[in-house]
Amino acid sequence: MFGYVLRRLLGAIPTLFLIITLSFFLMRVAPGGPFDRERALEAKVLENLNRVFHLDRPLWEQYLYYLGNLARGDLGPSFIYRDFSVQQLLGSGLPISIQLGATALLLALLIGSVLGTIAALRQNSWVDYGVTAVATFGITVPNFVVAPLLSLVFGVWLSLLPAGGWGNGGPANMLLPVITLALPQVAVIARLIRGSMIEALRSDHVRTARAYGLPARMVVIVHAMRAACLPVVSYLGPAAAALLTGSVVVETIFGLPGIGRYFVQGALNRDYTLVMGTVIIIAVFVVVFNLVVDLIYAALDPRVRYD
Amino acid sequence: MNSGERIFDIRNIRVTFDTPDGPVKAVRGVDMHVNAGETVAVVGESGSGKSQIMMATMGLLASNGRAEGSVTYRGQELIGLPRERLNRIRGAKITMIFQEPMTSLDPLYTIERQISEPIMVHGGLSASAARKKALELLKLVHIPDPERRLKSYPHELSGGQRQRVMIAMALANDPDLLIADEPTTALDVTIQAEILRLLAELQKKLGMAILFITHDLRIVEAFASRVYVMQKGEVVEEGTTDDIFHRPTKAYTKMLLAAEPEGSKSPVSAGTPILLDANKVSVTFSSGGGFFSRSAFELKAVQDVTLTLRAGQTIGIVGESGSGKSTLGRAILQLLPSEGRVVYQGVPIQGLDRAGMRPYRRNLQMVFQDPYGSLSPRMTVGEIITEGLLVHEPTLSAREREEAAIKALEEVGLDPIMRNRFPHEFSGGQRQRIAIARAVVLKPTVIVLDEPTSALDRSVQKQIINLLRRLQESYGLSYIFISHDLAVVKALADYTIVMKTGRVVEQGPTEEVFRDPKSDYTRALMRAAFNLKEVLKRPTEAHA
Repeated sequence: MFGYVLRRLLGAIPTLFLIITLSFFLMRVAPGGPFDRERALEAKVLENLNRVFHLDRPLWEQYLYYLGNLARGDLGPSFIYRDFSVQQLLGSGLPISIQLGATALLLALLIGSVLGTIAALRQNSWVDYGVTAVATFGITVPNFVVAPLLSLVFGVWLSLLPAGGWGNGGPANMLLPVITLALPQVAVIARLIRGSMIEALRSDHVRTARAYGLPARMVVIVHAMRAACLPVVSYLGPAAAALLTGSVVVETIFGLPGIGRYFVQGALNRDYTLVMGTVIIIAVFVVVFNLVVDLIYAALDPRVRYD
Repeated sequence: MNSGERIFDIRNIRVTFDTPDGPVKAVRGVDMHVNAGETVAVVGESGSGKSQIMMATMGLLASNGRAEGSVTYRGQELIGLPRERLNRIRGAKITMIFQEPMTSLDPLYTIERQISEPIMVHGGLSASAARKKALELLKLVHIPDPERRLKSYPHELSGGQRQRVMIAMALANDPDLLIADEPTTALDVTIQAEILRLLAELQKKLGMAILFITHDLRIVEAFASRVYVMQKGEVVEEGTTDDIFHRPTKAYTKMLLAAEPEGSKSPVSAGTPILLDANKVSVTFSSGGGFFSRSAFELKAVQDVTLTLRAGQTIGIVGESGSGKSTLGRAILQLLPSEGRVVYQGVPIQGLDRAGMRPYRRNLQMVFQDPYGSLSPRMTVGEIITEGLLVHEPTLSAREREEAAIKALEEVGLDPIMRNRFPHEFSGGQRQRIAIARAVVLKPTVIVLDEPTSALDRSVQKQIINLLRRLQESYGLSYIFISHDLAVVKALADYTIVMKTGRVVEQGPTEEVFRDPKSDYTRALMRAAFNLKEVLKRPTEAHA
């Protein structure tokens, strides 16, 4: 297994390299630059800035320079937040995004699988229809509607929770953003579990377990649940990567200092290094989580082999 | 235990399924009983309701199914019994083995765990005691290397071994009654014989009663002492095996008994022109060997097989699963990359690409085993039959194609009015007729038939055999007939090739091969297929 992990990580290097190269040049194809303002800077100032940030060099030289820095673990200075390096920005924002995303993911897994299982066991009953309706609601209502509504109801009208802000990451501050992030995931997971659970309950080996007089609890948890988990595990890879790297909508509405907003702000401001840094973080998360998913899958299903 | 005591009594059982089209009565009032230590067979074709009775008894009906009537086990009513109390009986006193050895075991758990669970639940044994018992049971069912097998997962076992594991599970709690639902249908004939021999041996040793559900009369004759014959949810006839087989009174029973394939085909004369000549055909499958890994795994599915097909001839290719017989059929038609040399009517077609093969495709047709998977569910039967004409006779008008479809349907014995329906509205036998019509409409010279009758009931099989025979006589067709079923090959082919693990083990005129088989393997196949009773008397060996 160790060899497999190592092979997969080495195999990810060309992928990451390709992503970095593509994003680097795509960013530069976009018109404008980091120092364009409504009122143009003085020519001398602009020239100095360009020199400091190496923007006066040919593009391929800038690319090699960036790669060189990257190889030393240096993501470069931010063009807009000029007192900070990209490392510092991501270093302070990423833990917050991960904390929010991981909490939301765990919550969604817990609630989603319980709801999905109950719906599957009571297929075509009012419980099932209720879960399906809630799930459809969770998927269709966008987070930019849910977030302000939650903030308005619990923050402003009822004054139970802070309407926004991070504080020091206290539970009160985290609750509403976590709910907003988790809601669509609960819906997707509940639907996935419901579907695969219904299929698992109909399968021949579950029939065997019943025919051998195993208690209903054991049939469901031991024999049906494990098979029903497999599709959810596949879904979790990309979902986890997306959740843990922050959400621009949630962070903006609740005023949270995560990294999700850097992606949008960086792109709008042509903050080349910041966008590159975010791209790299997300790419690494996707690669790592896909690997983790494959490992979990192999642990759950003995038919899967490392090769 | 008092031998002859009635332990299992089914009274007027009815099983109904609620479907969107209204209730469907699968079982319409059946009476049946089993005495202690007895072997009873329930025989019937697909859809006769024979399995559903057992599902109802064991509380395993699908959620839209309902059971009414009475089933008692030693006086205890089972229908409507609360699940907790039913769970004390099923898996302990009444156990079941199922048809599908591939899916009936949980793929995610080891054999040890799956055998141990019912032992622990019913016998209250500790995990280590259950493990010891599981090991004993694996030895009892003659699984080679039982210690290692405990740690195996189902996918690491062959079909026969999995069925042995199921039998071990079934015996774990000393059952009174073992219900076996088509336990050997998915297995090769030689493995089937071994499993049946094992069941017979265990019954003698342990004394439980066996209720055996099957569509295969040869098994019934060799294995059971009493028989119930079922049709459309009812028992049409019951009696001792001897009575049913030698003095049947009902027409349906007589029809079933007469449904064994019969007749034979006389060889073509030596001077008949050669249509298809395949010389040293080999097919190798390789897997692995990706971008980063070096070692590739190679499987020689077919090795150096040579065959010569003459006009009007039928070559039967016989073999068990994994023998390479289907692969050979596909390789000859250039549907798979292969080595060797294939010549069709003097033209070498070996290695031709799709475009190169196209002119020959209409003459070289194929019919597949699975009548459910091989017809597009989104096309009407008329469209399916005439699709080949669009390619091979593009000048035909829509009207002419329609006429061709009508003629082809009449040819295969289907009402041409049905040409606007979709495949799902047809039974398995009808679908296979449609697949044959699709081949015949192109007026081919050679048809490769890959297990065309294997998914069908015996009585339907017989009709398809007669149809193939008639078409061959009318059009002088040549067949390559691939099958695991020796009885069908015997009836249809005039030349037989026996294959095992990719190689030809024996070949010759059918009459000769069946009268005087030369190789041990062919003899074992023949015994398992035609002389099951004798095989069941032999002592059990450890394998499969």
